[in-house]
Amino acid sequence: MLLISCPNCGPRDETEFHYGGQAHVAYPEDPYALNDREWAEYLFYRDNTKGAYAERWVHSTGCRQWFNMLRDTVTYEIQAIYPMGATAPGSAAPTTNAQAPEGASK
Amino acid sequence: MVETAAATANTNGVREARRSPAAHLAGIFEAASLEGIVEIREIPFQTMAGIRVRRDSDEGRRVASVTGGLPAACGEVVERDGVATLWLGPAEFLVVAPENAHESLGGDLVPALVEALGDGQGQVVDLSANRTVFELSGVRARDVLEKGCSLDLHPRVLKAGTALSTEIGHIPVILWKSGEDTFKVLPRASFTDFLGRWLVDGMREFASPEVP
Repeated sequence: MLLISCPNCGPRDETEFHYGGQAHVAYPEDPYALNDREWAEYLFYRDNTKGAYAERWVHSTGCRQWFNMLRDTVTYEIQAIYPMGATAPGSAAPTTNAQAPEGASK
Repeated sequence: MVETAAATANTNGVREARRSPAAHLAGIFEAASLEGIVEIREIPFQTMAGIRVRRDSDEGRRVASVTGGLPAACGEVVERDGVATLWLGPAEFLVVAPENAHESLGGDLVPALVEALGDGQGQVVDLSANRTVFELSGVRARDVLEKGCSLDLHPRVLKAGTALSTEIGHIPVILWKSGEDTFKVLPRASFTDFLGRWLVDGMREFASPEVP
């Protein structure tokens, strides 16, 4: 069980939270300019990082607020918790650009 | 005069028609309660209003003047004249008041809040039927709750007059420590049967003599 420190409520059990997927996936500037493949990649393609990974969480049983979390996907160590809209601390978490998702170069 | 008569008739009709979510557990609660050790009862039909408003806005200050203030941080409770306002989120609060504060019984809490909000940004919703209140009291009340709640309930951490949204027995509840040995647990109506029986189960061991 992860012990997650909600920015509002303090440390609580993981079961009080819900996971919101990868953080910093920007909405395309002009969605109409995207072809089907690019749109599908924006909607469904996410990084599968080994190591530090920026993700969104919501404290659904508590204050019902969203926040970002930098978590190591191998050790489960929570490296940072920071507000929505803020950039990931350090360079450990590369932000995903919807225009050039991971699969685009394949 | 006419309005008074109508209100009285309405009062009687409403009161008789209402069924609390844990009414069927009253006998079980009474049998399970151990005087001076741990007791459980339902406090039904409390008037509750959900408020969503920013504290630092004009409408927030207007709403605060009705409730007697809006709590600023997680766990805080503001109480005035039997009306308690619980912090649920940075811009979300729950007002808990006695039954007769509801307009169906002649009270004016919810209309007063709606009027205070005016056309400001936010929301006031009558949530009186959303949750019921269990009151668990006695020296063993904390031991019962600790079986299903992972928060630190020790009095040096959890002070009286604190209310927290959390889980008890995997049920999302508001846990409100209203006195040194008194906890109010507010589950949503559909969870009351399960949680009531869960708490009664947690109380059973204290009915037996302690094994040395």
